[in-house]
Amino acid sequence: MIAIDNLKMQFGSEEILKGISTVFEQGKTNLIIGQSGSGKSVMLKCLIGLLKPVAGTISYHNKPTDQMNLVQQRILRENIGMLFQGGALFDSMTIEENIMFPLRMFSDQSTPKMISRVNEVLNRVNLDGVNNKFPAEISGGMQKRVSIARAIVNNPKYLFCDEPNSGLDPKTATVIDNLIQRITHENDITTIVVTHDMNSVMEIGERINFLKNGILVWKGTQEDIFKTSNQDVTDFVYSSNLFKKIRDVQNKNS
Amino acid sequence: MKYLEDIGSYFLMLRRTFSGFTKGDVLRELIFKEIDDLVMSSLGIVSFIGFFVGGVITLQTALNLTDPIIPKELVAFATRQSIILEFAPTFISIIMAGKVGSFITSSIGSMRVTEQIDALEVMGVNSLNYLVFPKVIALLTYPFLIAIAMFLGIFGGLIAGVYGGFVSLDEFIRGLQEDFIPFHLVYAFVKTYVFAFILATVPAWHGYYMKGGALEVGKASTKSFVWTSVLIILANYIITQLLLS
Repeated sequence: MIAIDNLKMQFGSEEILKGISTVFEQGKTNLIIGQSGSGKSVMLKCLIGLLKPVAGTISYHNKPTDQMNLVQQRILRENIGMLFQGGALFDSMTIEENIMFPLRMFSDQSTPKMISRVNEVLNRVNLDGVNNKFPAEISGGMQKRVSIARAIVNNPKYLFCDEPNSGLDPKTATVIDNLIQRITHENDITTIVVTHDMNSVMEIGERINFLKNGILVWKGTQEDIFKTSNQDVTDFVYSSNLFKKIRDVQNKNS
Repeated sequence: MKYLEDIGSYFLMLRRTFSGFTKGDVLRELIFKEIDDLVMSSLGIVSFIGFFVGGVITLQTALNLTDPIIPKELVAFATRQSIILEFAPTFISIIMAGKVGSFITSSIGSMRVTEQIDALEVMGVNSLNYLVFPKVIALLTYPFLIAIAMFLGIFGGLIAGVYGGFVSLDEFIRGLQEDFIPFHLVYAFVKTYVFAFILATVPAWHGYYMKGGALEVGKASTKSFVWTSVLIILANYIITQLLLS
């Protein structure tokens, strides 16, 4: 479980996050949605420690990060898996070396053991046999799956995904979404997904946080999002033509 | 104000580079890879330039010393002094600022653009130690390149001088041995180490702290070459003042 309290972030005089408080539940896929520029990615970067918030508290299992010593911070980072928007695979390394990287850095396992673990996670993301290829030699969807494999190879307690479906076709996007949800449930981890893709909301949105201009304007579940009267949320949901048409058909039928 | 900020962030980068060390066996592997990428891969160009510039220095000196009362040995003496004191350490380092410096900036800059550095940080790896420290250590072998440039420069001078008919082999050898001050070699290698540190860290700073996309990686590489060259020339002046005057 990750909790944030009154999180504020600004670049120069521009306020990006304006005092956000919410809880991300364990064993669930927690979504942060909102339009471009709403502060979603900045919030994610604050959560994983790439940006230092100007105010507020981030707690991992009730332990505030600003009260952690260096060793605790290092252990926390070892328990974080991250799927970046572009995959962020190391392009000079093979797929096997990419996935093995966290194991090499933080464990004392023998090479055969590490390779066996790499094959295990590759199998889990349905990518057997690509071990010796380089990231540039596989498709964007496969790169995302490799990135997921790298993120979970250390059995993290927390999984962060920044726009996991950007640049993917709808079918591959669904595969990635389902994979993220399956891993979350099977490993009972806290997963946070930043997205503005309504299909992802429908596929995996168990807990949804809606941001607008750096403010958390709505929280709820997948079912709630179609019932809410919050204008910002309905504007966002029905900005998709598909959802607009579904609503129109439903209205006609009723 | 911006320059002061940049200088500050350069020194903060150095502090992080020499702390939070990466696991030993990974680091060892990275250092060998960097020696190969930065030093061994430059052997060809350094040898080529060293040999031919040495030859040109000899030709120019011989062609300009036409007065018969000036001993022919002076051609070899001037070649030796030019190559050991300035050409090999400084001129080659400026060429390396273009070759190695641009490579360092663009490779680290590309990693920044594609979020690979963020990925390292999220995993709990000190990205500066992982990326920059092996380069600093690898460039400790840089004087090896400069020694080769010195040798080939003088050898190129000998070939050009003797086979060009400007000076005999005996005169050239005598000129090389004339008034040789061993401290000049110490001076040359001291400044080579300083240049090696500049070559490893200044381009790394430009790549690590760059912002933007692919176009900015190119701009950062150009900027890195300019600043690395400027700092090498400034350091050259200061070291010369300190050690030789």
